Amino acid sequence: MPETLTIDAIQQWLHRFASEITTQADWLTELDSAIGDADHGTNMVRGTAAVVAKLDVRSTSTVQELLKAVGMTLVSTVGGASGSLYGTFFLEMGRNSPSSVQLDASELENALRAGVNGVIARGHAAVGDKTMIDALEPAVTVLSRSLADGRQLHGSIAAAAAAATTGRDSTEPLVARKGRASYLGDRSAGHIDPGAASATILVAALAASVDEGNAR
Amino acid sequence: MNKLINSPQTLLADALRGFAAAHGQLSVDFENRIVFSAAPREGRVALVSGGGSGHEPLHSGFVGAGMLDAACAGEIFTSPTPDQILAAAIRVDTGAGVLFVVKNYTGDLLNFEMAAELAREQGIEVASVVVADDVAVEDSTWTAGRRGVGTTLILEKVAGAAAARGWSLEKVHVLAKRIADAGRSMGAALTSCTVPAVGKPSFDLPEDEMELGVGIHGEPGRKRVPVMSAAELSHALVESITTDYDFSGKPVIALLTGLGGTPLIELYAMFAEVSERLNERNITVARSLVGNYVSSLDMAGCSLTLVGADDEILDLWDAPVNTPTLRWKD
Repeated sequence: MPETLTIDAIQQWLHRFASEITTQADWLTELDSAIGDADHGTNMVRGTAAVVAKLDVRSTSTVQELLKAVGMTLVSTVGGASGSLYGTFFLEMGRNSPSSVQLDASELENALRAGVNGVIARGHAAVGDKTMIDALEPAVTVLSRSLADGRQLHGSIAAAAAAATTGRDSTEPLVARKGRASYLGDRSAGHIDPGAASATILVAALAASVDEGNAR
Repeated sequence: MNKLINSPQTLLADALRGFAAAHGQLSVDFENRIVFSAAPREGRVALVSGGGSGHEPLHSGFVGAGMLDAACAGEIFTSPTPDQILAAAIRVDTGAGVLFVVKNYTGDLLNFEMAAELAREQGIEVASVVVADDVAVEDSTWTAGRRGVGTTLILEKVAGAAAARGWSLEKVHVLAKRIADAGRSMGAALTSCTVPAVGKPSFDLPEDEMELGVGIHGEPGRKRVPVMSAAELSHALVESITTDYDFSGKPVIALLTGLGGTPLIELYAMFAEVSERLNERNITVARSLVGNYVSSLDMAGCSLTLVGADDEILDLWDAPVNTPTLRWKD
């Protein structure tokens, strides 16, 4: 079984991310209306649609180039804090990817870790602040541990997606310490963080794309 | 509530077209949603600000000689994007560097920070000042920190005058931080606001209550209270601001801004009370502005800002300015 993620699989990941975001846009906006400003679904749909449009017209030769282009597109189309955070994730992934047409398991792990570290550095958030980091950080930690234990890429990514889901759900009782939700203080508890929700969709889409690559 | 618009989707673009039609001395980059001054300013530091739309005249109304060089307009209540801010910096940099004036909201901070990185990669010197003056928010490491409101425009005026006098980026930056540190604001809402694309009020506020400490995007304040008279509200606002910062013994610049839905006659009645409260505390109002300067769409209410000044700051405040909203000569 191929332990790599080809540039085609990465494009599939992005298509899948965009379509899942569209499917779940109303839910994301509902989550955001509880503790934010009710635009997360709309903003993410606009950004991921722009990414898909860019993939359709532009052929990128390397993984590095592709991920950087995705990052810049999200930065310029999502807007708000989410735009710069998702943009930073892909830009940092790109900067830490090789100039080749595929990523092997350890290259993917490094790139994802760099992406998550970039989001942490940009947003100054830590696990427990009720942000997308609550989903992303456990996901990459589990991915690394699973690969180190000798499990295959697709199983490890699936475990990472499960960790993201658990992390997302863990944000529900938390009091927000970052972003607009933090102005609510204790009133932010009792709601899932919309950023953690969209980040979980991102990791789940990656797992599905790796799975599909393996099935073929 | 009915809105005087063509459609929510085109409102920002339509407003920029109108701005360009009304203020021919300024230039508008419609693609990047930037208002900028094309006047020659060789060797001078440039000031760039911006933020979500819906707070007009902030920021575009303050572009012009002696104040901002460019303003980036985001979607309503949504920060501008880094590529947009970068485009503004490129347009106005003369080689002397650019000061970014940023209000403390997570989206604005992150986007201006990314823009600063991109600009530096292109060889543009950038410094940033963050305004976080809203005392309604607890200043804590457990929150996003205080929101930026009225001090922003006072800073833009004073730092803009310094830049016009040829100060270096470092000196303008130090001055700007001094203003940001010496400014405090507190507001109150009598009604919510309605984002056109949403079509309904951002929050529910009963007819007989007000939100004390409201944010300019309808963020919750300190508490809900029964509607107060102007005199009662002046006590609450002045008390909150002056217990947070000691303004005694220095002249202050005072700004009483409406939030968009309160008539000027009410703002003046409110300012009468505010000045009495300040007199009672021996705080000298050296300069003042009353009007709709930092608004929140159609929200009714007001926000009071005090900035501790000194002779240098007052001299820069009095320096000539020529923008759509503030305009005076020596």
